[in-house]
This record gives sequence, C-alpha cells and structure tokens, in this order.
Amino acid sequence: MAGGGATGGSVQTDTYAGARGWLLLPAWVTLGILTLAPLAIMLVYSFLTKEFRGGVIWEFSLDAYDQFFFDRGLFGDAPPQIEWTYIGIFWRSIWQAGLATLLSLLIGFPTAYFIATRPEKQRALWVFLVTIPYWVNLLIRTVSMKFLLRDQGPLNEGLMALGVISEPLTIVNTNLAVQLGLFYSYLPFMVLPIYAAVERYNFALSEAAADLYAPRWTILRRILIPAVKPGILAGCILVFVPSLGSFLAPDLLGGARNFMIGSLIEEQFKGNAGNWPFGAAASMILLTMVLILLIVSARQSQKEAR
Amino acid sequence: MPSDTDIAVDVRNAVKRYGDFTALKQISLSIRDNEFFTLLGPSGCGKTTLLRMIAGFEDVTEGAIFLFGDEIEKLPPHKRPVNTVFQNYALFPHMTVLDNVGFGLEMMGRSKTEARKRAGEVLEMVQLGQFSHRKPAQLSGGQQQRVALARALAPRPKVLLLDEPLSALDLKLRKAMQVELKHLQRETGITFIFVTHDQEEALTMSDRIAVMSAGALQQLGEAREIYERPRNVFVADFIGDTNLLDVAVDRIEQGRAQCHLGGGHQLTCDAVEGIGAGANVHMSLRPERLYLSAEPIEVESLKGRVRETIFIGTDTATIVDLADGPQFTIRSSNSTRGNARVFEPGAEVFVNMEQGAARLLVD
Ligand SMILES: Nc1ncnc2c1ncn2[C@@H]1O[C@H](COP(=O)(O)OP(=O)(O)O)[C@@H](O)[C@H]1O
Ligand SMILES: [Mg+2]
Repeated sequence: MAGGGATGGSVQTDTYAGARGWLLLPAWVTLGILTLAPLAIMLVYSFLTKEFRGGVIWEFSLDAYDQFFFDRGLFGDAPPQIEWTYIGIFWRSIWQAGLATLLSLLIGFPTAYFIATRPEKQRALWVFLVTIPYWVNLLIRTVSMKFLLRDQGPLNEGLMALGVISEPLTIVNTNLAVQLGLFYSYLPFMVLPIYAAVERYNFALSEAAADLYAPRWTILRRILIPAVKPGILAGCILVFVPSLGSFLAPDLLGGARNFMIGSLIEEQFKGNAGNWPFGAAASMILLTMVLILLIVSARQSQKEAR
Repeated sequence: MPSDTDIAVDVRNAVKRYGDFTALKQISLSIRDNEFFTLLGPSGCGKTTLLRMIAGFEDVTEGAIFLFGDEIEKLPPHKRPVNTVFQNYALFPHMTVLDNVGFGLEMMGRSKTEARKRAGEVLEMVQLGQFSHRKPAQLSGGQQQRVALARALAPRPKVLLLDEPLSALDLKLRKAMQVELKHLQRETGITFIFVTHDQEEALTMSDRIAVMSAGALQQLGEAREIYERPRNVFVADFIGDTNLLDVAVDRIEQGRAQCHLGGGHQLTCDAVEGIGAGANVHMSLRPERLYLSAEPIEVESLKGRVRETIFIGTDTATIVDLADGPQFTIRSSNSTRGNARVFEPGAEVFVNMEQGAARLLVD
C-alpha cells in the first residue's frame, strides 16, 4: 500500500500508477509533431507578409485577415467596406456541408439501425460492407462519381432508356453534385457512430413505450432518438467538419461556380500564384469556427446528460 | 362456472414456435377478472414467452388470446389495454420519474399537465412522491422497481402483467414488496398476471397458480390446492419440500388405495383418478404433515431409525431411515406450544402421518 494518494481503482492500477502517464507518450509525440506543430506554423504564417511567388516574408502583418474581411478598393486606399466574397464562400461551404450532413443522416440513420438490429453474427459483415468504398482512394471515387453523374453517364442514360426523362439531367457542376459527392465521401462516418449507439440501445425501452400506447413514430422520436443522440451528434460532427474543408468534391463535381472554402485555401498554396498568409488566415478562421461548433455541441450534450 | 364477462384473459390453445423449437405447447388457461394469477415454473419453461404474447411483443404461432371477450392476438402492443412491469424495469433514462410515470397517459391523449398530475398521485401511492424530479439512474433498485410499477399502473389498465418484478431485489425488500403488491392488487381491483420461478413467492401472493414446465401447463389451481393436491411428480417436487417415494398400488377399495413401498411397509391413501391396482407410481408426503413417536400409534406407523436432526430456526427437520426402506424427512415446529419431541440420532422411531398427508402422483 504505497501512499500515492491515488483514488479508487484496483490494486493493480495503483501498482503501476507511476507508469500510467508514459502510456500516452507516443500519442503525445505524434499529436505534437503531426498536429500541433503544423497548426502553430499556420498560426504564425497567417500573421506574416506575403511573398509574391508563394512563401512568406518574416514581417508581422494583419493584411491576410484584413483582406479576408475588408475591401479597401483596388489600390488599398479606399475607406474599408465589408468584403463579401470570402464570407460568401464560407457561407456557401457551411450550407453545402450542412446539406451533405443532413443527407448522410437521413440515409445513415436507417442504415445504422438496420445493421444494429441484425443477428449479432451478421453485424460485422454489414459493417465491413459499409467500409468497402474506403478501400479506394477518395480522388478515384470522386472522379468515378463524376462519370456516373455526367450528362452521358450511366445514370442519365439509364433513366432515359427507362423513359423516366427525355433530356439528360444536369447534375455535374451543380450544388447537388457537390452535396452528393460530400455525402458519399463521408457516409461511413455517419453510419458507424450511430450504429455503435443503436447497438448499445436497450430495445426493452421501445417495448415499454409500445406497452404504454406509443405508436412507432412516437417511440422513434421520444425514446430511441434521445437515447442514441450522442451517436447522432458524433456522426454529424464527423461528416460536417471534413465536408466543410473539403476541396476534392467541390473542385471535381461542382466546377468553378461552386467553390468551397477548402478549394480557396488549397489555391493559396498551389504553384507560385498563391498567397500563403491569406491561406493560413482562412484556415485559422475555419478552425475557429469548427472549434466553436464542437464546444457548443459538447456543452449541449453535457447539459442533457444532467 | 364463471361467466365469460368474468374472464379477463382467455388463452386458447396457444402455441409458440421459434423455428423448429416449440417454446409453448398448446396452452389454454382462463384468468379471471380481479384475480392475482401467477405463472410459476423453472427458468426456460416459457413463462416470459406467454406473458409477451399477451402483451403483444411475440406473435402467436397458433391459437388465440381473448381480452374481456375481444380477440387480441393480432393487435400491436400499443393497441392492447394491458400494461407491463418489465423484469429489468426498462425505465426511460432521459426522462424524470414523473415523466416516466406520465408517459402512458400522455400517449392516451391526456394533456401534459393532466398526465403529470395523475403521475404525481400514483407516485404518492407507491411512496415515491419526493423523488418525482429525479432521473431513474439516481434511484436505488427498489425505488426503480416502484417507478416501473407506478408507470404501469398510471393508465389504469384492466390487466397488469408483471415479469419477475421482484427478482432483482434483496430478500427483505422482496418480502416487503410481495405484501405491498398483494395489497395494491386488492385495492385497485386490477387483474395481475404475475410471473415468477419462486414457488414460495407464488404461494404467498396468488389467488390461483398455473404451474408450467417445458412449455406445457402442469397444473392450474388455487395456491392451497396446488400445494396439498399436486397432480404429478413435477408439481409435487417443484412446490415446497416433499418426500417422493416409489410405491406399488395393491388394491383400490372405497376410494382408498392400498400401497406398499420398499421394505414391505404398507400405506393407504386417497385413490386418484387414472391410477389403478398394479400400478407402480410415485407418492408425495409433505414433511410437515408427518410426525414421529417412540411407540407405534396407528396400524400404518412406519418403523425406522433417526439418522440426523437439523435445527432450522422455526422448525426441526429429522431424517429417518425406514427399516430396509427409503429415507424420510419430517419437519416439526419449534414453537413452545408444539409438543413435538426431538429424537437423538440412532433412536428408534415411528413415522406417522396426518389425514391426507400422502398423495399419489401421475408421472
Ligand atoms: N427469440 C427466441 N428465439 C428462440 N428461442 C427463444 C426465444 N425466446 C425464448 N426462447 C426459448 O423459449 C424458451 C422459453 O423462454 P422464456 O419464455 O424466456 O422462459 P422463462 O421466462 O420461463 O424463463 C426457452 O427455452 C428459450 O430459450
Ligand atoms: Mg423469464
């Protein structure tokens, strides 16, 4: 019995209490090198001056943020006005990512429910099937999707052969194509956490509700959804956040008019035409928004747990 | 015979199969209005299955179920006016105790205010008034049990189904709840269909008991009847302690069966329909209906030797080996008014039986 002052836990945990901190070391090193350091570099770059051929000049400047939010005219000497271009791109990104998340939820929830209610032995197989598209690179999947959806693609040809439509539907280069692309890219991130939550759900609760005269939809709304809400929230975050910063789907499926924030940032670091501090600043603004979203949702679920 | 309107639940030739496994084999029973009815049997005999068929959670493979004369086996659970107390309570974790109890009323179309008011009243009835704003997780097992009971009672069902509701409670609380449940049943006049594997619990609480085994009904009757006149070996063995003996029936005369057991001992008891002369059957002798004496009292006193005496609080159990015959257990009360003598191991004794203590059983 060492007087370590540790609370609770079994004897074994106390015996190795000193070693426990070291278990996280690899994770901390990885996190530090691969996440925190690049973030710090981005943060610093966003406050530097741009070099015209890409890169930065080591001189403090707020120009990047100024350019994002304000319009000072062609020569930079006009009275500052709100710059709507980038805010607009941001807004459109949120909208697109939001719709993609909603679409994922509408399709992912029934899928997850279906898998979780299969006999135990079959579930692993279904989960495996959900992850199969992930064996193929995202770029290839997105390009294939473009082929699938284009005017002379199998979708349009099929529908025309069936006589459902007479003219090909224009899907590529529309918002819808972007949403479909994003939805397809991240669907498993919606399915898996909801599946995990529904699998843990005690179906006796549904029976109890039915026993107390609740019809099916009421059980879904009043009992099942509140019980699996943490899984739904996790799924939404896991789809929304990467969709927001995505550039492959908008670039390949949306065309120039359906530009999203990810593409804006990507452009700044491509070739030698970019503006590194501006790209870094846009990344920082995106990151701040995501953090606020995460904090709000964490608060929300904490409040409900009480 | 009770008329049709006195029957709350009528199960007619109900069969339940899971694939090629038959969980219930042609069960028929009528549960009367206002009675405390118990389904009793060992684990796995199909009690839960039958209860779930009445509630609507399991399809009926064959047969029919009537509720106050209406055929219900095709109705979905939310359209059946019965409520259930689940074995593990199944309380809604995200709702307060008050909203849990009010849920059924709300679903019946009452306003939220009205539902809460009535829920509050029912919670008072089970002495949980001061806990109404807690979440289920903040209550003890016994309190959760009462919430489950209150939730099922709040919509004033005609029939309440209870699936081993007390099995998770410790002995003392369990005894207290048995009394309370019985009281509640009398007071509300609701028909209770109670499932348990505990024969003592069943005997304590029930008006009538259906004893089940391996998906079949073994005997249905009042608690006393089941205990005193078990129909077959399974029922005699499952309900209470008993001495089960192999006997041969020698003669049947004027409603009495003359039998003998190993060692040539003679015993006479009431004849039972279906058991004739020459049959080799079992006989049940309840230990507390036997008594010991130093000298033979009757013609059929059985001679033996005490092997062991065991003190068990209120009673003393004496184990006696009959000369060349089977072993008997005899129970006598330790009350000061009782004049039962305690015999030392090795003593020679005679085993005597009260009127009707011996009972012939079909297999
Ligand atoms: N969904 C099911 N599928 C297959 N067998 C089942 C199912 N539910 C119950 N059983 C079987 O039916 C029998 C009766 O079960 P149950 O009614 O739960 O027994 P009890 O409540 O008396 O302990 C058991 O042998 C059990 O294994
Ligand atoms: Mg059971």
